[in-house]
Amino acid sequence: MEHITKAIQGIPLNHYILLSAIIFSIGVIGVLIRRNAIVIFMSVELMLNAVNLLLTAFSAYSGDAAGQVFVFFIMALAAAEVAIGLAIIVMIYRNTNSIDINVLNRLKW
Amino acid sequence: MNTLITITVLALVVLYLGLFKAKTLLLPVTIGGLLVALTNALLQWNQNNQPVFKGMMQYDNYAVAFSALAISSTILILLLSKNYFEKISEHVAEYYTIILFSLAGIVVMVSYHNLSMLFIGIEIMSVSLYILAGIKKNDFRSNEAALKYFLMGAFSTGFLLFGIALIYGSVFSFDLEVIKSYVSLNPTKISPLFYSGILLMLVGLLFKVGAAPFHFWTPDVYDGSPTIITAYMSTVVKTAGFAAFLRLFWFCFAPLQPFWMPVILIITIVTLFVGNITALYQQSFKRMLAYSSISHAGYMLFAIVALGGNSGYGIFIYALAYSAATIIAFATLMLLQNQTGSDSFDSFNGLAKRNPFLAFVLTISMLSLAGIPLTAGFIGKFVMFSNALSQYHIWLVVLAVVNAVIGIFYYLRVVVAMYFKPIDRSEVPVPAYFKIVLLVSLAVTIAVGVYPALVTNLI
Repeated sequence: MEHITKAIQGIPLNHYILLSAIIFSIGVIGVLIRRNAIVIFMSVELMLNAVNLLLTAFSAYSGDAAGQVFVFFIMALAAAEVAIGLAIIVMIYRNTNSIDINVLNRLKW
Repeated sequence: MNTLITITVLALVVLYLGLFKAKTLLLPVTIGGLLVALTNALLQWNQNNQPVFKGMMQYDNYAVAFSALAISSTILILLLSKNYFEKISEHVAEYYTIILFSLAGIVVMVSYHNLSMLFIGIEIMSVSLYILAGIKKNDFRSNEAALKYFLMGAFSTGFLLFGIALIYGSVFSFDLEVIKSYVSLNPTKISPLFYSGILLMLVGLLFKVGAAPFHFWTPDVYDGSPTIITAYMSTVVKTAGFAAFLRLFWFCFAPLQPFWMPVILIITIVTLFVGNITALYQQSFKRMLAYSSISHAGYMLFAIVALGGNSGYGIFIYALAYSAATIIAFATLMLLQNQTGSDSFDSFNGLAKRNPFLAFVLTISMLSLAGIPLTAGFIGKFVMFSNALSQYHIWLVVLAVVNAVIGIFYYLRVVVAMYFKPIDRSEVPVPAYFKIVLLVSLAVTIAVGVYPALVTNLI
């Protein structure tokens, strides 16, 4: 465990922040421009994982375990969201035979 | 803490009742259990509770007040659910359980003392709501509402989490006390990460409470969800969102007000105008209520713009008034949907002749939402506006008054339909459960409106 922390600390903290910010932005852009519900869903997971990475890096740098515990909470949430989200997508697919979010236009104005 | 435990255990008990096919027991057990939880919450009043579970939660007066409000509103809404879920499917117990789980999340949200509990509370509530929005499995509108709510909710969670991570990166703790001392001890040396963290958390929280420009999911989700779930979302969930929002900003970020206040100020103004002007054009009563909930979110943001000693009280009384009036509106809408199958304004035509009581109660609720004196809504707006004026946000109050006038127009539209558009219609049957809910909400609306000292300066 010791050498892992050392290896993490070998890279400057700013690099982790930058990497997480880039992954997070990719996730945000994916949610905004993709039309397929599952791809949007995967982009959301990307956002959550960027946060996980950032928390782990901060945690390793400060020697405070709280950040890593938080990562477990996020993972548990991501699993719960996968369960609910896929169920909802299956429900939509059964009714419309499509998972393109452009079919979601019954509710307007 | 007992409140949280009671609600969680109750949810499991209800699930087992469903397993053993005790369908008639479901509602009485749920209501009884919630009354126990409510008593447990009220017993904590003024106990000067310190943070528990290693500083994870603090059940102070603020938390007591908001969880009592959330539990009472849930009781009223569940009373409306008699014979409602049965029409949707066989698995009634699950619906009660999921509502109770989301209520447990709400109790966590209003009493957190650590950012991880804020996150867990919001997610317990939201994940339950994603399911509840889609319980009408074969109704396409309900499906659409569930998917939209789910995608937007998960998206906003991402922002909230990134904000929390950045704040953790500058403070190296999730504890509100530590964050507070970080902010107040060296206000000049706050890391830029912390500022970006505040902004990202702001985006996440504004998504959850449905403030413009992050409101676009609100009307669709409220419109598509089953009406009783919409009632739950627009009262209990909205209140809890604001309680969590205010708790964070009041406790931790208050010294940085010059930094985030202009952002929230602009968002408040945009929210008021978007909510009110779009509500004018609605043909459906349910969708009008959805936009009205956006505009009320704007009024509630006043408490955060003019952050001060009165903010908690302001949000509490506003949420109380808004919840009571909205529950009446949704109860009436459910009765009319049963009769006419539509939720347009036209289905209210001539209601006053056959159902004078129902029409009267709905009129009071609309007046309260519009903020006419002698109703609770007026007191709510009065407290909010006087808070804002005390901090010299004069233009904000002027714009808000303009919006309140626009609001009167569309709220009174339904009153006009009920009293002045006579058509032949049969009487809408009002079951006893509905009468109880309508009377309680009416009593709250009028009592707080006439004698606001009842709830003045509670928090």
